[in-house]
Formats: sequence, structure tokens, C-alpha cells
Amino acid sequence: MTTAVNQAMVEKYKGNFLKEVTDNVEEGNWVKMCMQCGVCSGSCPLGPHWDHPPQELFMMIRANKRDEVLSSTSMWMCTSCYNCVARCPRGLPITHIMHGLAHYGKRMGMKPKNQPTEKFGQMFWDNLIKKGRVNELKLGLGLYFKDGFAEGVKVSMSKQKLGLNMMKAKRMSPMEMLGGHGVSDLSGFHAMLKKAEELEAARVGTNTDAK
Amino acid sequence: MKIGGYLCTGCGIGDRLDTKSLESVAVREGRIGFCKTHDFLCSQAGVDMIKADMAAEGDDKVTKAVIMACSRRAKTESFNFGAVPTARVNLREGVIWIRPEGSEHDETTQEMAADYIRMGCAEVKAMQQADASGEQGKNNHIMVVGGGITGMTAALEASKAGYYASIIEKSDRLGGVMGQLKQRQPEHSPFQNPQDTGVAALIAAVEADDKITVYLNSTIAKTAGAPGRFEVDIASTVGAGTHAEFGAIVQATGFTPYDANNLPEFSYGKSPNVVTQLELEALARAAGDGPIKRADGKVVENVVFVQCAGQRSTKEGHLSYCSGHCCATSIKQAMYFKDSNPDIETTVLFDDIRTPGAGGENFYRSAQDKFVTFRKGKVSTVDVKGNELQVNFKDLILDEDAQMGADLVVLATGMLPNSGTDIDTMKDKDESGEVKVSVQSILNLNYRQGPDMPQLVNGFTDSHFICFPYETRRTGIYSAGPVRRPMDAAQAQTDAMGAVMKAIQAIENSAIGRAAHPRSGDLSFPSFRKEGCTQCKRCTVECPFGAIDEDEKGYPKYNEARCRRCGTCMGACPVQVISFKNYSIETVGAQLKAVDVPDEFQEKPRILVLACENDAYPALDMAAMKRNESSAFIRVIPVRCLGSTNTIWIKDALGSGYDGVVMMGCKKGADYQCHFVKGSEMAHVRMAKIGDTLSTMNLESDRVAVHEVAITDIDRAPKLLDEMVEVINRVGLSPFKF
Repeated sequence: MTTAVNQAMVEKYKGNFLKEVTDNVEEGNWVKMCMQCGVCSGSCPLGPHWDHPPQELFMMIRANKRDEVLSSTSMWMCTSCYNCVARCPRGLPITHIMHGLAHYGKRMGMKPKNQPTEKFGQMFWDNLIKKGRVNELKLGLGLYFKDGFAEGVKVSMSKQKLGLNMMKAKRMSPMEMLGGHGVSDLSGFHAMLKKAEELEAARVGTNTDAK
Repeated sequence: MKIGGYLCTGCGIGDRLDTKSLESVAVREGRIGFCKTHDFLCSQAGVDMIKADMAAEGDDKVTKAVIMACSRRAKTESFNFGAVPTARVNLREGVIWIRPEGSEHDETTQEMAADYIRMGCAEVKAMQQADASGEQGKNNHIMVVGGGITGMTAALEASKAGYYASIIEKSDRLGGVMGQLKQRQPEHSPFQNPQDTGVAALIAAVEADDKITVYLNSTIAKTAGAPGRFEVDIASTVGAGTHAEFGAIVQATGFTPYDANNLPEFSYGKSPNVVTQLELEALARAAGDGPIKRADGKVVENVVFVQCAGQRSTKEGHLSYCSGHCCATSIKQAMYFKDSNPDIETTVLFDDIRTPGAGGENFYRSAQDKFVTFRKGKVSTVDVKGNELQVNFKDLILDEDAQMGADLVVLATGMLPNSGTDIDTMKDKDESGEVKVSVQSILNLNYRQGPDMPQLVNGFTDSHFICFPYETRRTGIYSAGPVRRPMDAAQAQTDAMGAVMKAIQAIENSAIGRAAHPRSGDLSFPSFRKEGCTQCKRCTVECPFGAIDEDEKGYPKYNEARCRRCGTCMGACPVQVISFKNYSIETVGAQLKAVDVPDEFQEKPRILVLACENDAYPALDMAAMKRNESSAFIRVIPVRCLGSTNTIWIKDALGSGYDGVVMMGCKKGADYQCHFVKGSEMAHVRMAKIGDTLSTMNLESDRVAVHEVAITDIDRAPKLLDEMVEVINRVGLSPFKF
């Protein structure tokens, strides 16, 4: 599923994906500076599980493989350990570029299907913006039930003891289920988010709200 | 007229050795005039004592000295007595530092010290004061062959240093290949943009310099002589030739671009839109400040650079090596396009990007910053599709075959050195009777060894590439720039400065008869006893430096100024008629005969070690500094080069009861480390034949060992000596003890 904004971007950059990444992806202006040494790929603890390690993603960007890059699950696999950033001889902020690419792919409507990191990220965001604070009970349960009801019940039962202990230790309140507590100035918080969205839209020159 | 002995008792020598008895060994057995002891011989007081003896009048005057103290490599300044022949007896590094303390070792350690003193006394008696030969000339004029930036830089540097230079240029203009370029890669920080080549300024400076003469349209018809007195005939294609005299020569003949017609797979020759880097320079110069256009007039919008075209390849007709400059050149040329219009697609298809030198990496980054696309890929073919080109390659990162369209394809082809004739292959062909030289000689030397400098690998002119890049095997002739090894403009200009400094050194040394590197300052030179010479030509053949010609009758004719004093001729001579005043068959022979060889019942073997003074001897010294224990039965004699080892020494040693001989020289072969290039190799060849001698003497072949030892083999060198001790333990003592 692609979006109108995706079409607009394809039109605008006419196959020069490196330029598009440079202009629109967070820290994307660094991609052109990669010298293809492969130290990032070799340093990544999850490297073997990636379809395309960072070095390859950068090469694919230069080779104009737009769809393959933006719909890849690879950058969603990044756990932000920063091993690659620490080791990159060219000083590329690779971790940030990975997150930038993931976010841009999502904005373009090209996020991979059923990617757990992507799902959890969306869940966390939706949870957070309601009250300005993360409702841990709802977030936890949401995570348990992300793969369907039956699976959710199974996971919940296995974590039962953990939940009861947390309640006993007053680490979690069952009352949070009913709305839960939020920041003191909730309307102010929502106003801030709205302003941020406006600024972001102005920056990329078009409304690319991921939702 | 006396030989003075000076025994130092400092650094523990006096504590470990019975110096009273050593004094009497020196005087009674070494038969020298006297032996004085001093407890700190290298101090001012000690040195003054020696100098006072040397300055004395009449019979008391000391004319030769034996310094019994530390290694000849230590305290060289203190114990430098000019021309006075001096022997150094190595009691510190050679004896006490490699022998353990304790009364059970005292006897053999003392014997070792006494032997070294006998050897030192015997050596100094065989030595004579070295004087310059008298063949010297001084000529402050340097001939620079080649008028490219290397040659022009060399000439200007020579002029700045107060010397004269003549540039011999084959073509009708100065500037060489650099003169055909639009711009060059940057030389100064921040290394971001191509800069002016500077060729015009160089030409102007050369033309304005009254110490520099330029011969255009000229080649060298003949070069004769030696450093300080080269006689050169300069031929001209437009006028009469000239005769000139020079003190030294810098060969900066540069390179010829690889012929891209050998690359039909890239459609070179099939399409005018496939060009070499040098051809692109012509297009860029034609464009001036405007956009770069193809031959058909179309403005280039999409250019692909193919790196390593016909280079770093094992294919027939390709170059096996990297030419060093082409990555940076493609980067620079991509910038020609990007700087004029950032929308032009520029792609560099590389296997490995190599941007050597200061700023090379910054220049690469700058190109990336300008959106020059670098793809790691190996190009298989370039197809012509009408007016367009299609580049087929394998993407080495994505591991897939890929194509790319292009208006223009630039091939990064390599450089071939203009080295002139390959004198080694000439020699081979001489023997088979068919002499065919397709390449023209550059120097036309009238040396017996051939008209040009020897070549090392891939046709590049020889230089001592590992240790002394500006040294060549023809003293007074120095190669600089891409004729020596592939390099870029900045490296070539640095090279020119280095070569000119060597040339100036050669001029100054030859003026007073001193040797050039590595025996700098040595006044001795080889001479031969004509009555004994059999005109066998071994010395002329083996001399690594082409110093020896032959006269009409086939006798060797030395050119001292070309000689590096390695002694390879002396080692080669089958009748031992060649000698130096301070180094001869006799100086070493007398030493090995001076050693007291105990009879077989004492069970004390004697092992002769002939160690190259450049690498093996310092390695042994350094092992001693680490107090690496060695056998008390070894007797080490340093030699100038293992190449100077004459087989007579081995025969004499084995015949007089030595149980083993160990020879240590430098690494030989194409990646040699021998200071005299071929000396070690010659010695190895010579010693390979020593087996015959051993078998006629009925001795085991294990008793003679030849090793390659580097200066870093500090731990290995003593082990090699231990190995010989084990061999002697196994095969038993020599039956030749009397």
C-alpha cells in the first residue's frame, strides 16, 4: 500500500533515491559518505538476522533500489546498540540512519507487514499520546495480545505471577485499566504534539503524518 | 712507526676478564708495539691518550691502532681516527655480554677474548691506509633526463642547491604527461577541489633559471665515464648534437600510458565515447569553463568511470600491478563534471579505492560529498547501444549482475615505465646469438653491463625499494618518478627532490674519492694484481653496480667512482688478486688464522662466523645487548657484504681445524634487503658450490651453513649459531686439527 505522498516523492526525485534519502531521511545526508568497508555489518550483533546489513542498504540506496530499501525489515531490526556508530571509520551515525530509514519507509506507507518492532512502536506511541504518560498495564497487555486473543490469553497466564507480584509491591495498579493517570496539563501536551506535527510537515514540505 | 694496542677495562670488561694476561697476548702473540689499558677508553681522557700516541714523533708514533673494547658499531665517533688503520676488538658485545658468569665458564670466556685480540692484531697488520684513487673529478652539473614535472622539479631543486642542471627532453616541449592535464589533485589542505597543474609555472621557472639548460627534441646518444666525470653525447632531431660533461644523472623518463586497444571488451576503439583518463583530460581542456562534450558534440550527462581497466589483473596483456594514481584521477575527473553541473550523473565503478598520500582520503570524501557515486563493482563489458553505452558489471556488495547506461565511459588504465632496454633479457639473448632490442635505450651507457639501468619487476627501473628508495645499481645515476614505481604527481615531485639530493651527494663524494651509500666516506677502492689475473671476467660479471669494465686485453678496468666498496669482486675472484687497502683476502684470512685452534683432545670446537656488517653483525650485537647467551666457541668476523666472502676463507678455515663455518648475509631475491643488492645472492650462489670442496676434504656438508639474516633477527641470529654447535656435537670435531 503506497500513499499519495509516496507518489509525490517518486515524481520529485525521478529515480535519484540517494538524493531523496539525503533530503528526507533523518541523518540521510551521511549515506553518500559510506565507503563500503563493511565494518558496520561485521559489528552488528543481529547482523545475521538482517536481510540487508547497513553496508548493503547504503549500496542499495546508491543503486536506486527504492522499493526494496523502504519495504525492507532490515532497519527495523536495529536494537540501537551503537556498535556500528562506534566503529564506523567514516563516522556515520548508522543507528540514527537506520531509524530514519524505518520511519521514512513507514511515512511512505511501505513499512513491512507484521514487523514486531514496527507494531510495538506504533502501540507505544498511541498509548503515550493519550495521557502524556505510558500506561504500562495497557501497553503490557496490548503487547501480550498483539498476535491474537488465544495467544494473548496464553501469554497472560504465563506472566500471571509477575503481574501479581508487581501489584503486591505496588509497582502496578489494576485501576490503571480505567483510563489511568496522565500529565497535569494534558491539553498543553496535545497542543505541543500538534505544533510538532506542523513543524515536521513544514520541514518536509508536505503532510506526511504516518497515521 | 708502531702498532698501538688499547685495552678498555670499563663496562665490566676488567671485572670479567684477566686483562693482565690479555695485554701480554696482544704484545707477545699479537706482536704489536705495546698495549695500554684504560678504565674508560671512550672518555675524553682515553681518546686523548690514543691521539697523543698518534701525534708522537719518530719511532713512538702510532700509525695503526687496535682498540680492544666494544663492538665496532659502538662509540664510532670517539674511536674515529681518520685515515689511521684501526681494528676494533669486540670484547663487550662479542664476549662478556654473551657469556654467562661463573668460574666454570671463565676459561673459555678468557680464551674467546684472547682469540679476538689475536685476530684484531693480525687484521690491523694486514691493513693499509686507504687513500683516494686520484681518478676523481668534480663536476657540478647534473643531467636530468626527461622534462616532465619530475625532471623540471629535479632541475629546479638542483639549481636551488647551487648546482647546474641540463634537462634532456625527447619531445618538443616541457611538461610531460602533466602538461596535458586540465587540473591536478590538490596538494594542500583541505584537499577538496582539483587545482591548477602548476606546469606552466614550472616551465616559466625553468626557463628563467640561468643555471638550467634545456635541450628539447633531444636524446642521449652515448653516456660514458663515472660519477663526477660523465661524458654525454646529446643527439638532436632538429639540429646538431652536443657533447657535455656531467657529475651525476637523474633519470626522470616517466611513463607511457597503457594501450587501451588491448581492452576490446570495454569497446575501446569501437565507440569514440569510450575514452582513457588522459583522453578525457583533452576533452576537459577543450571544454574550458563550459560543459564537457563528447566527440560528437553531445554534452555529457551521465559518465561512468571504470577503475582498474586492464590493471591489477592476471589476464594476458593486462598489467598485474596497481598504478597508484588512477583512483584519485577518476575522483578528480568526476569533479570536473560535478563542479560544472551537480546534476550530471557520475559513477565510479571500483574494486578497491586507493587514494595514497596526504589528503587522498579527504579528496575521496570531498567527491562523495559532491554526490559522486561510488559503486564497488567489477566491470565485465561495455556495450555500444546506438549513441549510448551500456556498462555491464557485477555489484560486489549486492552480489548481483547489474547494468548502467552512460553517455561516456572513462577507462582508468595504468602506466608503463619508460625504462629503456631491459639489460637482463638482452644478456640472455646475447648468449643465444639473437640480439633484438625493440625498445630504445635511454641512457646508452657504454658500460660493459648494458646501456640502461637494471630493472626490478614489471619493467620499472631498479631502486633499492625496501630500504633506500633512491639508491640504484648504477652509482651517480638516480631514477625518480613513475619510471621507478607507479606514482602520482605529488609523489613524483618528492621523488625528484630525493633523487637530486642523491645526485649532489654523488658529485661531492666522487670529487674526493669517497664511497657513496652505504659505505659513505670510505676512501678504499678495489685494485688487482695484474700478474695474477686470469682475465676470467668473474668480477665484471658479478659487480652489482656495473663499476668494472674490461680493457682491450680483458683485464678488469675499475671505475672507482662507480664502486660502492662492497667487495663482491674480491669475493668472486677465483685467484684472489683483488683487494682493498683496508679490507682484503689477507685482512680476513689473517684473522681466521690467528685464532688458536685447540687440539682435538681438549674438545673445544671452533666455529667461524662471517657476518654481514650491515644487518647480521648488528643483529648479533643487539642480541648481546639483551644478554642472549652464545657459545664460547664462535669467532665472528664482520664482512662488508656476504658477497665479499671468498671461498678461500672457507677452505683455509676448514683446513686449519675449524669445525664449522656459518655465513650470515641479507635477504636475497626480488624482495632483497642486501645493501649491495646482489652481494648476498652472489655469495649464496658461490657457496652452493662449496659442497665439492667439502667432499674433497672428506668433511660433512653440514659444517658450512649460509643464512639470510635481517637486522631484526635479534633472537634468531644467535639460534642459528646454536644450531651449528649442535651440528658439531652430532658430526664430531674436525679431523684437521693439528
